Amino acid sequence: MTDATIEHGESVDEERRDFIHIATVAAAGVGAAAVAIPVVAQMLPAADTKAASSLEVDISKVPVGGEIRVLIGGKPFFVRHRTAAEIAAAEAVDVGTLPEPETDEERLRPTPSGEFNKAILVTSGACTHLGCVPVGPGGGNLGDYGGWYCPCHGSHYDTSGRIRKGPAPSNLPIPDYRYVSESVISISL
Amino acid sequence: MSILRIIAAGATAAALAGSAFAAGGGAHPHGPAEGFPFESPLGKFEKDSVQRGYQVYKEVCASCHGMKLLSYRNLGEKGGPFYDPEYPNANDNPLVKALAAENEILDPVPNEFGEYDFRPARPSDPFRSPYANDAMAATANGGAIPPDLSVITKARHGGANYLYSLMTGYPSQEAISYETSPEGEFLTVIDPSLVRSSGIYAEGAGGHGDVGRLIQPLGQYYNPYMPGDTTAQYEGDPRHPPKGGFLAMPPQLTDGRVTYLDGTEATVSQMAYDVAQFLAWAGEPKQQNRKSLGLATIAYLVFFALLLWFSYKRIWRKVEH
Amino acid sequence: MSGHESTYKPASGFTRWLDDRLPIVRLAHDSFVDFPTPKNLNYWYTFGGILAVCLAIQIITGVVLAMHYTPTVDEGFASVERIMRDVPYGWLLRYVHANGASFFFLAVYIHMFRGLYYGSYKAPREVLWLLGCIIFFLMIATAFLGYMLPWGQMSYHGANVITGLIGALPIIGEPIQTWLMGGPSIGNATLQRFFSLHYLLPFMIAGVVILHIWALHVPGNNNPTGVEVKEVKKDTVPFHPYYTVKDGFAIVVFLIVFAIFVFYMPTVLGHADNYIEANPLVTPAHIVPEWYLLPFYAILRAITFDIGPIDAKLLGVIAMFASIAVLFMVPWLDTSKVKSMRYRPVAKQFFFGFVACSLLLGWCGAVNPDDPVIPLGEDKLLVSYTDANGFVATAEFDAYEEAVAEVESLPADSGASISVQKAPAFRFVHLAQILTVYYFAYFLVILPLLGLREKPKNEPESIHKSVLGGHKSSDAALAPAE
Repeated sequence: MTDATIEHGESVDEERRDFIHIATVAAAGVGAAAVAIPVVAQMLPAADTKAASSLEVDISKVPVGGEIRVLIGGKPFFVRHRTAAEIAAAEAVDVGTLPEPETDEERLRPTPSGEFNKAILVTSGACTHLGCVPVGPGGGNLGDYGGWYCPCHGSHYDTSGRIRKGPAPSNLPIPDYRYVSESVISISL
Repeated sequence: MSILRIIAAGATAAALAGSAFAAGGGAHPHGPAEGFPFESPLGKFEKDSVQRGYQVYKEVCASCHGMKLLSYRNLGEKGGPFYDPEYPNANDNPLVKALAAENEILDPVPNEFGEYDFRPARPSDPFRSPYANDAMAATANGGAIPPDLSVITKARHGGANYLYSLMTGYPSQEAISYETSPEGEFLTVIDPSLVRSSGIYAEGAGGHGDVGRLIQPLGQYYNPYMPGDTTAQYEGDPRHPPKGGFLAMPPQLTDGRVTYLDGTEATVSQMAYDVAQFLAWAGEPKQQNRKSLGLATIAYLVFFALLLWFSYKRIWRKVEH
Repeated sequence: MSGHESTYKPASGFTRWLDDRLPIVRLAHDSFVDFPTPKNLNYWYTFGGILAVCLAIQIITGVVLAMHYTPTVDEGFASVERIMRDVPYGWLLRYVHANGASFFFLAVYIHMFRGLYYGSYKAPREVLWLLGCIIFFLMIATAFLGYMLPWGQMSYHGANVITGLIGALPIIGEPIQTWLMGGPSIGNATLQRFFSLHYLLPFMIAGVVILHIWALHVPGNNNPTGVEVKEVKKDTVPFHPYYTVKDGFAIVVFLIVFAIFVFYMPTVLGHADNYIEANPLVTPAHIVPEWYLLPFYAILRAITFDIGPIDAKLLGVIAMFASIAVLFMVPWLDTSKVKSMRYRPVAKQFFFGFVACSLLLGWCGAVNPDDPVIPLGEDKLLVSYTDANGFVATAEFDAYEEAVAEVESLPADSGASISVQKAPAFRFVHLAQILTVYYFAYFLVILPLLGLREKPKNEPESIHKSVLGGHKSSDAALAPAE
């Protein structure tokens, strides 16, 4: 220690316990924490990014037996127009035997008239295993259950988007969507 | 105390910088007599006025001036003129959707045939641009491209006051006369002494008795607040041309040009006030946040400075320095 | 201080373990806790700490802004406005960064004037001063590069003017200019490399700042008396808590002023034209740099004459760079044995003259150089016409009416016209020329000669003695800068 410190050292130590110093250090801490808020918060999604997080899709343009794939905020979604046979297959399954039990109707949303449009199935387009995008009607491989097949690690989804076989842990999630009219749906993240 | 000197040094630097930017040949802009409500340190936008201002922009300005940095959703975001707390996400606000849908825009996404269709705008779309590109804008306006208004209040000295002055500052009919030159040209002549704006002559010019005439160039309009140089068009003492300049935009606001939805009487000054306030909001939508956060920040810093001052006094009390 | 022994005692097993391997805690302790610091430092000495805060603010906000900025000519302008509108707290970060540059320079100028006043560049602190000059030069470069990024009118045309200066150099100028811009003009390539360099330079500044602090800690702080520390016990106090709290207080007061600008007049230090997107076809009426570079800009524009084979443009560039280069030579230009101008009554007057000169140069840089400072007489009207013999004749008038009467009295085919005969005036360009002479004379003539001829006042024996008794009254008179 320098001599000066020794000279004043005693009083300094005593002062450290002073309320005023504790208050000052506390105020500095509060200030530093407040500064961190904008520096951290700026990495949250920006307003224009959030604004791009919903999309209206005209379902009348989806061919029977086919699907269209849309990106919302960079995330893939499937809008599939199912054939009568595919609907029947989805409804015929014994829900109790599924890895994640869900009825087909639970995976649909009502139209403005309150009915279910069973022909249109809207699901997330990311495999619940590791996020690959499964192959569907356009890709020539529907998997063992007629729905989708994920080529990365071999997950098979049925015509309701439910996991039936493979490493994926759960069904393809149903996004937040609603029918704006009988032929237009609005999908949000 | 030395701190005061430091602050003084800062103020000097600011004044120095300010003097650097006091350039321009227009008359000093002034706002409405009662001022704008958002100007004071804690001032806020007058929501009704900003709404009316949007109407003026939409019905008057938008036919020539774009606002490419704004999207319709901005109108319904917090602090915006059509914000509704029931719809924190402006995209869901039905009023904003309706305002957006009034505008037909070219869809940036091609249809299934690869062609681009016109469709009603959605809240997430940017404001409709009146022209497809600059070339089209220039051709439609005699070579002068109407400036984008997104940040116009920040891009002009005087901001909203300048816009208000410009919109209300065109010479009135009594100052304008028409004649035919000996060469047979049709001339628009402005008598600057009848232009009802204060201080359009430089200081000390009045004593020269030099009230001349301004010959307005074809397709140009005199405005005492427009930065520019009138010397070439001035018939009078060339040492003291009137302040102001010529711009390609004719006077736009006439009493009753718009019919306000809220029943406010649409006088020229009312419309200028409203549209200037709308553009001040559009230029910096976050300025209310800025001011309120500033108050909290400065209050904290002052409090913290006091604590440090007392800490400092205590720590140094035994040291002769 | 070089002689001062480390007093760090690791308190725990871990710190002892670490101290044997990497004595970083010891370094910090010896540098910022127990460092013996003269007890008589005034508030002008807090600007070093303030500058450290400024650098930290600029680096943090800058790194964050770079996450959102797009360095292309098509999107640069809009991406900055997107930061202002859509990015959470983006408006705050950008305003802090933009105004932070101004306050960084404000602080560095005060810091430099303080160094000049108290002779902080003299032995044994020459390297400390040189490193400071390097930091200042890097700051100018960084500020210039950064000013281009918003891609507004001033960004573009300012960059055009400055790169044009390099083009003024003979032979190598134009190839260097083209190399710098990556093309025949400022464009996308320029914007991208300027962005990259703008990101790089602050870290170089930070590196030199570490050397600057190192070079400070070898001889220790100078102080307002300019007398070196004689007895550590009597002359110094440990840096912490004495100067941490004093610097801290000054920093917070500085931040209050800063906050007033950021929150209540964030655009007042900028230029309105920079909110107009860059347009290479339209040049703004007045191109001026940011306020902190105005004095150098004034020196550049003050040179309006050729000297021998060197034309005015190149000479201006040389003068401008020389005005910064001369700072590097200050330790060897000042011949006085006495450090602090407290004890140099004559030098002090010249110093304050130099401060005024710098401020006035800033003013000259801001205005149109042809504007009159002091008009000498009134502008007159000149009637020119062709007389009966076919010669061009002129007549001067004060009053417009008389000039008009003259024109009307002349025959129509004389082609009479009225023009303005500008009155002679002492113009800003003349003021700038005088100030430029003083700027260089201060360093190149006054400091070397005065040091040899001036009779300084008696310096105190020691710091300790200077602060005892009566210094309050005598010092206030001696050092108005305090």
